[in-house]
Amino acid sequence: MKMYRSFAATLVALLMLVTVAGAEERLKMSTTTSTQDSGLLKVLLPPFEKKNNVKVDVIAVGTGQALKLGEAGDVDVVFVHARKLEDKFVADGFGVNRKDVMYNDFVIVGPKNDPAGIAKAKTAAEALKLLATKGATFISRGDKSGTHTKELDLWKSAGVDPKGNWYVEAGQGMGPVITMATERRAYTLTDRGTYNAFKGAKTDLVILFQGEKGLFNPYGIMAVNPKKFPHVKYDLAMKLIDYVTGPEGLKIISDYKAHGEPVFFIYKK
Amino acid sequence: MDFYSESLTTALQLIASRDPDVVSAVTVSIVVSLWSTLFAALAGVPAGVAVAVAEFPGKRAVVTLLNTLMALPTVVVGLFVYSLISRQGPLGEFGLLFTPWAMVVGQTLLAIPIVANLTMSAIKGADPRIVPTALTLGAGPFESIRRLVLEMRFGIMAALIAAFGRVIAEVGVAMMLGGNIRGHTRTMTTAIAMETGKGEFALGLALGLILMAVALIVNMALNALQQR
Repeated sequence: MKMYRSFAATLVALLMLVTVAGAEERLKMSTTTSTQDSGLLKVLLPPFEKKNNVKVDVIAVGTGQALKLGEAGDVDVVFVHARKLEDKFVADGFGVNRKDVMYNDFVIVGPKNDPAGIAKAKTAAEALKLLATKGATFISRGDKSGTHTKELDLWKSAGVDPKGNWYVEAGQGMGPVITMATERRAYTLTDRGTYNAFKGAKTDLVILFQGEKGLFNPYGIMAVNPKKFPHVKYDLAMKLIDYVTGPEGLKIISDYKAHGEPVFFIYKK
Repeated sequence: MDFYSESLTTALQLIASRDPDVVSAVTVSIVVSLWSTLFAALAGVPAGVAVAVAEFPGKRAVVTLLNTLMALPTVVVGLFVYSLISRQGPLGEFGLLFTPWAMVVGQTLLAIPIVANLTMSAIKGADPRIVPTALTLGAGPFESIRRLVLEMRFGIMAALIAAFGRVIAEVGVAMMLGGNIRGHTRTMTTAIAMETGKGEFALGLALGLILMAVALIVNMALNALQQR
């Protein structure tokens, strides 16, 4: 009987934990996987959480899904990277007060021996055209993320309809896609931040094309429209936006490094 | 890359240092699974007893249905509950999505058929004379059934252990309804999925080892209870 009682006591104590954890104020933020996977949010959020006695619940998904969560009113803030989709999100009345936060850029990575020879390409469009004509395996996110959206734009400007055995739609996040490209000796488009986190121990793929204006990758943050969804924590969301785009947040972002290299850059004022 | 030795070392280090992320993932996994099993017991045991004891038209169809539901894919349950508790859904106003309670709801739905089915099997396998004997000895129908359930407590406990095992190991519901929020809804399984996605295979395997250890300890505790 004694064992029963101690077991029951432990059970009750454990069950209480969940309830207690719910007492603090919580702000829900949907974001793209790159902000979480790069490790940035781990240093960016705690000072804000401490100052305002709030927990920011980060739901890291692709940009497309992150915006969808905002359109459903399931989150309070959205922090993503796909300018066109963000503008549509705001124009459709789902989001308000969109602000630029930071940027990095996209790069095309592939096997070191570069079988399709894209390293010689002058533009990203030319590089993709080479991949298509040589039929070199290309792994696409295929998940409506910011990176996927950018990739589809690039195919369009290359005048290529990406279809065929060489074009693999993974339907997964950036990390799994880099892993898949590594295993299959394939090419892929990735943001520099995630690639930097993988380079070395996790992938032997190298950057074969970079530095074009069209590969610029800006991040924006916006509040979910309280007129549309009265339940969202708008004031708190604005506090977070002001913090992230204010001097303290921007300093943390520009100081943040992974493997000794900066991951995100802020706009010079 | 030697995943196995590296992950074993990582697992031991994580346990030894009581890594806060691991502690939180283990706690969330256990707490959410216990709640789900508890609710599933409250719904599933009476349902299992009822189906086993009562005779009614369509009983075979109900039994088939319960058997089918045991094979419910976790992502289907996740999707279904998601559509109910998203702000767009009928229960949206409660703001349940991406909270531990959302996971409890989903996992309870997963566990109920298991509890009901195994309870039903246990009762069917019981001595068929228990209820008539109790009735002859002057017990009411309620008391007779209580006797039956008491007699079958090991079988019912086994049903609860199976249900707990199912929910603590699943990832679909936890990921879709919990949202894998660090320190809040991140479980062992969603942490493994995430670390693997980040290419941290050794860390994923390490968490896998810890999950197995947790499952083993919980089952040993329940077994010890059952022996008494």
